[in-house]
Amino acid sequence: MANAERHASDDIHVEFENIGKSYDGRVMAVQDFNLSVRRGEFLSLLGPSGSGKTTCLMMLAGFEAPTTGAIRIAGRSVHALPPRKRGIGMVFQDYALFPHMTVADNLAFPLDVRGMSRDETRGLVRRALRLVRLEGFEGRRPGQLSGGQQQRVAIARALVFEPDLVLMDEPLGALDRHLREEMQYEIRRIHRTLGVTIVYVTHDQQEAMVMSDRVAVLRDGRIEQVAPPESLYEEPERSFVARFIGENNRLHGRVLSIEKDICRVRVGEDIVQAILVAPCEPGDATTLSIRPARIAVSPRPGLYTNEFDARIRDITFVGDHLRIRVEACGREDFVAKIPNMVGHGAVLEGDVVRIGWTPTDCRVLDAGEDHDA
Amino acid sequence: MPAKITMRSAAENRARLRAAGLALPLVAFVGVTFVAPLVSMLVRSVYDPVVADALPETIALLDDWDGMNVPEEAVFEAAARELLVAQEERTIGQIAGRVNRVQGGLRSVLVVSARRLRDASGSVGRDSMVDINPAWEEVETWHALRTAGERYTTRHYLAAVDLTRLPDGSVVRQAPDRRIYVPLFVRTLMVSLGVTLLCLILGYPLAHLIAHSPPRRGGLLLALVLVPFWTSLLVRTTSWIVLLQNQGVVNDLLVAAGFVADDARLALIYNMTGTFVAMTHVLLPFMVLPLYSVMHTIPRSHMSAAASLGARPGQAFWRVYWPQSLPGVGAGSLLVFILAIGYYITPALVGGSTGQLISNMVAYHMQTSLNWGLASALGGIILVCVSILYILYDRVTGGGRLGVT
Repeated sequence: MANAERHASDDIHVEFENIGKSYDGRVMAVQDFNLSVRRGEFLSLLGPSGSGKTTCLMMLAGFEAPTTGAIRIAGRSVHALPPRKRGIGMVFQDYALFPHMTVADNLAFPLDVRGMSRDETRGLVRRALRLVRLEGFEGRRPGQLSGGQQQRVAIARALVFEPDLVLMDEPLGALDRHLREEMQYEIRRIHRTLGVTIVYVTHDQQEAMVMSDRVAVLRDGRIEQVAPPESLYEEPERSFVARFIGENNRLHGRVLSIEKDICRVRVGEDIVQAILVAPCEPGDATTLSIRPARIAVSPRPGLYTNEFDARIRDITFVGDHLRIRVEACGREDFVAKIPNMVGHGAVLEGDVVRIGWTPTDCRVLDAGEDHDA
Repeated sequence: MPAKITMRSAAENRARLRAAGLALPLVAFVGVTFVAPLVSMLVRSVYDPVVADALPETIALLDDWDGMNVPEEAVFEAAARELLVAQEERTIGQIAGRVNRVQGGLRSVLVVSARRLRDASGSVGRDSMVDINPAWEEVETWHALRTAGERYTTRHYLAAVDLTRLPDGSVVRQAPDRRIYVPLFVRTLMVSLGVTLLCLILGYPLAHLIAHSPPRRGGLLLALVLVPFWTSLLVRTTSWIVLLQNQGVVNDLLVAAGFVADDARLALIYNMTGTFVAMTHVLLPFMVLPLYSVMHTIPRSHMSAAASLGARPGQAFWRVYWPQSLPGVGAGSLLVFILAIGYYITPALVGGSTGQLISNMVAYHMQTSLNWGLASALGGIILVCVSILYILYDRVTGGGRLGVT
């Protein structure tokens, strides 16, 4: 992605080094956590609940202390700094707007406690409100605003004192889908306008993909993969990521032989050729992942290395494509998406067709565990 | 359309009536056990027909009296006749008691006169009555009789605020040594304020701790607040006697620790200190519960947000937390204050002579002096004070968060 490349040479803004966190001294909520966030980058921490993403954010904000390791902001360890001295703007999941203050007072709060003059405060508040397009709402109280408007105020308040690092903890979780998409766009626009570094926590993979320069996928307190969204989608390195990001057909098998980066894998009765991603040896258990959109139905014979018979279980019309569930390679829920074009090939439920895909669209990952069984 | 609307509203009315019908037993209960006694008590403070009914002619004649000189012969004759009837009907004691409250010492004058009048023969008038007791020749006696004979009277309310009406009708303050109730009201207000403040100072951190503890620990702490709440008031008050008395636990500990000499043990009970300590303890839950109920709705994230925005803990508290907790502070303080103003049993048990409050005086007049009119007037004044506070309380709690700041 262009953005990511632009930042590639820039300096490191935030650095997690060997961070571990345990609340009770036994279970590690976060461990072996190493992550660098570039200056001006929009980085998302993505993972299911309990994956430690919010804990990481809270440690960065200073509300939790790491059990092990160090966090550095702009090269400086922030271990001894209380939250108020870190100069980080933070947007909370529940917005945390102060209900007894007007919008303007909420925005003025961080400026007041810094001892800023009235005029200066007024100017900054007005600018922040313009940034989130809420001019004219100064005198309202949070309770008189819609969810989306409250969200904008919360963002404005986190930005008004001009921090260069902003943390957002599932800020769009409480909004409906339409508003969420609008706010995703807004937050991206603000990020581009201000050039601040944003660390964003979400469990919504689509949200992370849409907004971020890079996404760190977390699972059980560890980082599975850090990569730009396209790479996560196209080149997942771990079966968890493949499962979590977008839709994937996953086939469990055993490695037969490896030739350069092409692997032959036995899946049930069939042998599938796939591209090698995770290091493995012949005989290892493995998981193959194939995007439904990369599967061809009734291809020209001989076009693909991997070609199998498949019985069509059902066909769902999804507008721009057809979603076809087939029995193939020992699975009953193998999914293929075919574009909805004139003459897409009249397939009917119950038909036996050929399906096929290239080895490069099929990735050999770690064995993972079969959550989707 | 209009017909339809009428039908629907008729059905609604029926439903409403049915709902109201369900509340009838409660309305009846409240009416019989609360409203009726309250009204009859309040009536008593301004309406006292005993003397007026027993001595109708005398009182009627005294109405036309100039009040400067001893009344005419006709008044004496009427008084003698009606006192005699009262003696025979055995109501003389009640009458004498009421006149005695207006002016001390007249009880025996009336009772003895009535008894002696029975023995007298022939026409009785001024001479014979003055013979029986020279007090009948004094203008003040007749003033007292006239005052006691007022069917509708403000004298109880005047007495309750240490005022008295002179024979010429002007209202003046009682002599300094007879002013009892105003100082007592002031003391009651001060104690109530003090107890409220103490409850707030002690209860605020406690409520905060409970509201922001993990659920299990919060529940346990809340139970610890509630257990004394469920314990009998009498038990709690008497346990303070055990703790605070001269040979009690606290004094023993202080002596053992060498802070206090054995012959100079602190007087911690049967005085104002005892009233303060016991009342604060008894009323603390009434502060903690409203505070807790407001505080646990304040999200934890607000303090985090304030910190992340650069506020020091003090700034975060005073500018973010405290204003949001104000409805609880208002509700708790008013509740404690209202309860403290009318507090009776605790000061009665641990207050000694210097720790008594206005309600102890109400009880005294109800039970000992039997001056129910004055007791009612004192109660009426407390009721008005509490009602005003209740309206405030309602505003504070009903007005919602935004209304307060």
